[in-house]
Amino acid sequence: MRNWNWRLISTHAILIVGVLFMSLPVWVAFATSTHSAEHILRNGLQIWPGGDFLSTYNEVLFVEGGVMKAVLGTTMLKNSLILGIGFAIGKVVISMLAAYAIVYFRFRLALPLFWIIFMTLLLPLEVRIIPSYEVVSGLGLLDTHVGLIVPLIASATGTFFFRQFFLSVPDELLEAARLDGATPWGFFIDILVPLSKTMIAAILIIMFVVGWNQYLWPLIMTTKEENYTLVIGIKQIYQILAEGGELPQYQKAFALTILATLPPVLVVLVFQNWFVKGLVESEK
Amino acid sequence: MSKVQLSNVTKTYPNGAEAVRGVDMEVESGEFIVFVGPSGCGKSTLLRMVAGLESVTDGQIQIDDRLINDVSPADRDVAMVFQNYALYPHMTVHGNMSYGLKNRGMPKQEINAKVVEAAKMLKIEDFLDRQPNQLSGGQRQRVAMGRAIVREPKVFLFDEPLSNLDAKLRVQMRIEIKRLQRRMNVTSIYVTHDQTEAMTLADRLAVINEGKIEQMGAPIELYNNPATLFVASFIGSPQINLLPAMFDGQYLSSGDLKLEGFVDLPQSKELVLGIRPDELRLSDDGQFPMRVDIVEQHGSDNLIYGAILGAEQESDEETEFCFKTSQDMLPELESNLTLGFDVDRALVFHKDTGERLR
Ligand SMILES: Nc1ncnc2c1ncn2[C@@H]1O[C@H](COP(=O)(O)OP(=O)(O)OP(=O)(O)O)[C@@H](O)[C@H]1O
Ligand SMILES: [Mg+2]
Repeated sequence: MRNWNWRLISTHAILIVGVLFMSLPVWVAFATSTHSAEHILRNGLQIWPGGDFLSTYNEVLFVEGGVMKAVLGTTMLKNSLILGIGFAIGKVVISMLAAYAIVYFRFRLALPLFWIIFMTLLLPLEVRIIPSYEVVSGLGLLDTHVGLIVPLIASATGTFFFRQFFLSVPDELLEAARLDGATPWGFFIDILVPLSKTMIAAILIIMFVVGWNQYLWPLIMTTKEENYTLVIGIKQIYQILAEGGELPQYQKAFALTILATLPPVLVVLVFQNWFVKGLVESEK
Repeated sequence: MSKVQLSNVTKTYPNGAEAVRGVDMEVESGEFIVFVGPSGCGKSTLLRMVAGLESVTDGQIQIDDRLINDVSPADRDVAMVFQNYALYPHMTVHGNMSYGLKNRGMPKQEINAKVVEAAKMLKIEDFLDRQPNQLSGGQRQRVAMGRAIVREPKVFLFDEPLSNLDAKLRVQMRIEIKRLQRRMNVTSIYVTHDQTEAMTLADRLAVINEGKIEQMGAPIELYNNPATLFVASFIGSPQINLLPAMFDGQYLSSGDLKLEGFVDLPQSKELVLGIRPDELRLSDDGQFPMRVDIVEQHGSDNLIYGAILGAEQESDEETEFCFKTSQDMLPELESNLTLGFDVDRALVFHKDTGERLR
């Protein structure tokens, strides 16, 4: 019994240390963001919340000049949401269609094409960022949402996941649908999409988070402040801090950071059931 | 009410497998045809070619005198029931049954009426709002049938629809399928490797072997008058007893056994004598001494399996016979029986070609 207790305690101790290790920095960032600039400058990082929560967050989100020169926190939040959602939906749509073509249309190049798509995993955006920029600027799409999102939505990972899923759908379903007079498009919409819904949900969530956290591409793509995403905003505000000048507004930088982590966390929390289901379950 | 005609239909898969090698067949309007044959003989392939799910390598398939080789499955007006049911898992029973009609642009009310009618016929009207995973195997099978019925197709195609069901349900569904087919009078082609299903369902039976039709005819005709050794050994349960033999002008002999009464058989050729288990009888002056190995009691009758003593051996194994008898005959194991048979009812085949000689 004692032995058992000891083991239980040590297990929990390890878990608790792990949890603290993961969450303490976030907590410190939050606590610090609720103090005034002078307080932080004098006393460093804070572990207990202070009294300036409302004023700081209000200023960051809603007051012009509160965080950037012109752009509001809410505008950056909106831009980030558009990027995250557009990125996720675009990836799901494109990769589902690609996987559908590869799995269900017996054209001769299907397999080579699949491997070519798969190999682009080895060529992340960072490698092709200059040509991508050239293309987008040539099309006059700099500083637009379309230019921000479209170059990112081709997805080898998504295509791969959907391909594996489609391969596991029994052939008889397709055959039954063909006898039932379903068109290729009809089969996709009426049968494949509903069957993939947990899978779609899982990929949407992952991709939303990935899109939300995009850094390099939006940084290059956006020149006007009003197109900044939160992630870019954070980078800019820290840069301003580093350049010095007046009293450094650390609390605003922290507030912006907290605001930037919130939506992905919420999405994962709200949809985690779907998410787990999509990854684990295969409902056929 | 539709005829189906196959002329010299051939299928070679891209990997070179010759699954079907020249099949000719005419299915009359309203007829129930069953394909039987061992695994891999090409039954499913043939059926799927009629459905349009496999391309035809050579030959012609016609429905009502219309060549359909290149017609898409949807436009052939056939419905198919699959072995694993192939129900759409995310749709309700109603959705499953109505999908084909919806795709054909039928008005909603009409669809509803048809679905409800078919559901009543199949006794699944209480499950219309359920999804397939909330149904038992038998109920799923009914839904799959319902999906075929509502379409009112020219031809029903079944690919081993009952093989995922337990024995009792299989019998029940078998009878139901027969009843439905009679009632709707739709031309049907049914693939199975189950003996009993084949015998009981078919108006005509096609025994398929290695991609060819070995023999086609009424089930009882095939049972009584098999054209080849293959058909004889495939049709009938328990299987026909086979004995390797030679004819010397007077006796048909197998090892030490000499059987009288056979005439007009080719001499010094390897032959096979076939006797159905229920044609054997106990008789003191019988020709076959048998050592009883196993007695199976099936209720109304018993099956006695044993070695025929002195008979020629195919390999190291002794030649085994099965003897079907009534339930009150229970010989001791290892005891010896003497079995006789009626020469007129015995079948003789060429061993090499499988051709029936008498
Ligand atoms: N898609 C395919 N590609 C290549 N060969 C195939 C394909 N489908 C079937 N075959 C081959 O064709 C032959 C006939 O197959 P088929 O499925 O028609 O047999 P079957 O009589 O239905 O057998 P079973 O009773 O086991 O279902 C087999 O030798 C099989 O290996
Ligand atoms: Mg088959």
